[in-house]
Amino acid sequence: MTDLITLSGVHKYYGDYHALRGIDLTIRQGEFFSLLGPSGCGKTTLLRTIAGFEDASSGSLTIDGRDMKRVEAHHRPTNMVFQSYAIFPHLSVAENVGFGLRRDKRARADKARAVGEALEMVGLAGYGNRRANALSGGQRQRVALARALILEPKVLLLDEPLSALDKKMREQMQVELMRLQREVGITFILVTHDQEEALVMSDRIAVMFEGEIGQLDDPETLYRRPVSRRVAAFIGMMNFLDATIAPAGARVALDVAGLGRCEVPASQAPGGVPAGAATVGIRPETLAILFEGESAPGRVVDGVVDEVVYYGDMTYYDVRIPGHDAPLNISMKNLIGRPVLEVGAPARVAWDERALVLLAR
Amino acid sequence: MAQRFGVTREVRRSVALISVPFLYAILLLALPLGAIVLFSFWTQDFLTIDTSFTLANYREALTQPIYTQLILRSLAISATVTVATVVLAFPIAYFVSFHLPPHRKSLWLFLITIPFWTSYLIRVFLWKVILGYNGVLNTSLTGLGLIDEPLTFILYNANAVVITLAHAFAPFAILPIFVALEKIDRSLLEASRDLGESRSTTFFRVTLPLAMPGVVAAVLIVFIPTIGDYVTPRLVGGPDGLMIANMIQTQFLRLNNAPLGAALALIAMVCVTVIALGFVWLNRRWLGGDGK
Repeated sequence: MTDLITLSGVHKYYGDYHALRGIDLTIRQGEFFSLLGPSGCGKTTLLRTIAGFEDASSGSLTIDGRDMKRVEAHHRPTNMVFQSYAIFPHLSVAENVGFGLRRDKRARADKARAVGEALEMVGLAGYGNRRANALSGGQRQRVALARALILEPKVLLLDEPLSALDKKMREQMQVELMRLQREVGITFILVTHDQEEALVMSDRIAVMFEGEIGQLDDPETLYRRPVSRRVAAFIGMMNFLDATIAPAGARVALDVAGLGRCEVPASQAPGGVPAGAATVGIRPETLAILFEGESAPGRVVDGVVDEVVYYGDMTYYDVRIPGHDAPLNISMKNLIGRPVLEVGAPARVAWDERALVLLAR
Repeated sequence: MAQRFGVTREVRRSVALISVPFLYAILLLALPLGAIVLFSFWTQDFLTIDTSFTLANYREALTQPIYTQLILRSLAISATVTVATVVLAFPIAYFVSFHLPPHRKSLWLFLITIPFWTSYLIRVFLWKVILGYNGVLNTSLTGLGLIDEPLTFILYNANAVVITLAHAFAPFAILPIFVALEKIDRSLLEASRDLGESRSTTFFRVTLPLAMPGVVAAVLIVFIPTIGDYVTPRLVGGPDGLMIANMIQTQFLRLNNAPLGAALALIAMVCVTVIALGFVWLNRRWLGGDGK
């Protein structure tokens, strides 16, 4: 894959507020890229900088080899799907979709056909004559998509496009966006605060905190090998336990509070092996409660159930173990024959050192 | 029981709420209006009123050139005032809505209402001082050597009426346009830019169409009262700047011909109603007929 967008040393100040603190980033041709982070982390500012709605205070931005300095939004090869969808209320659906075709030299009939095809692509064939403000949220979003994609941009920018939809609709649109992206082959850049959405849809994710990129990786690496406690806490659930460490070559010896001693390869410290005191992260689904008759290949500690949350397919337990302050979060599939434990019941917790992630404290 | 007669508590409460203003409106608006309608079908017989039904007043009003001419002039002056006011008000409303930080907007709106702090009459007289033969404008321009003789086309004619009324009604035009502009989702403007339109084409394709309800409201608010204005034409209009309201006043108070005055008043009212309805219809069309 070739590089399409390159940002280097991009800073953005709003008065005294430092919104972007040196962003270096390369986005490849045809990938589904996500900017993920809590609100106020600068992800939207970064997207708007790429779109041309914000000027970077310093640093450079190139799209498809062209420097974007002083190139205004309407001359950039980018199109955007706005968080509010920004559907023009005074125009029909077809007029909305065809809005950007005014300067297009094609004949009127060809443009009308292009609008029809764009509507078909987003599943709104036959909606052209409807009033834009008579549409539901999901339909508005499809109109916004068609309106942007009809111009065949090099990059499609999506600013929290699914946040206004209900859960069912959101999941449906996730799948549809992925299908669309594969079909048109255009680079998508998605801004979201929803880590699940980012994991599901993206080829690569940049996790942002306070105007900086905390980690840039594919979803699996991001989930399994977070480089910092911040990233680990933001992506999914994670138990954090204090540990003392002693590096020994390519391996690291650990003494984890509550779990005990073990040894892991240095590759399980993706952010670099910290010196002395460290934090160990372990995901809830890599821990297991051993029920009657079950055994585990790894190690086992004894604890007491502190809290039970029943989800139907899953049960989430909080289990207290001696030597560690906070209860451990453990998620268990409700397989056949497995009971749901009650609060106060003893629980044997199995864990495996291969699931540990070593993080700086 | 209460349900059966449709007199719920809410209904009773709302009746109680509107009864006083409703009574007030009946006494001060509907009754006089009814009297005017009645009068217009009567005739003045020297000192007494002949109460037999006749269309003679309307015949006279619509055939005598002086009356039709005055009605047409009133429409023309009001239309000019409306266009001038709205065209001048739009940039001000636009500036306040788009180019001021939110915390400054109310201050500016407050400043815009300053002309209302003095009486309408005093403002009209001030325009006389500004526009007169030896007025502020003429002496300044002569003093600067820009003109040799004082301008005379700016006072005691229709131009003076337009200038004075446009100033008086500016705030009424600015406020509805401002409200319409405030309601425009700013992301729509970004979407237009994103889709390839420059700032100026975005204005014509997005901002202006979405501000149209405010513009139409401004047009109605300025047009309807100016057509019936008689103070300004009387004071700055001169003989060529007189409007239909001056004639109505003359018929009622000087010529003692209330029935003809009433007929003229009703004709003016019908003109305003037709034009206003036309604009309301236009506005509906603009918004796609659903009024959303």
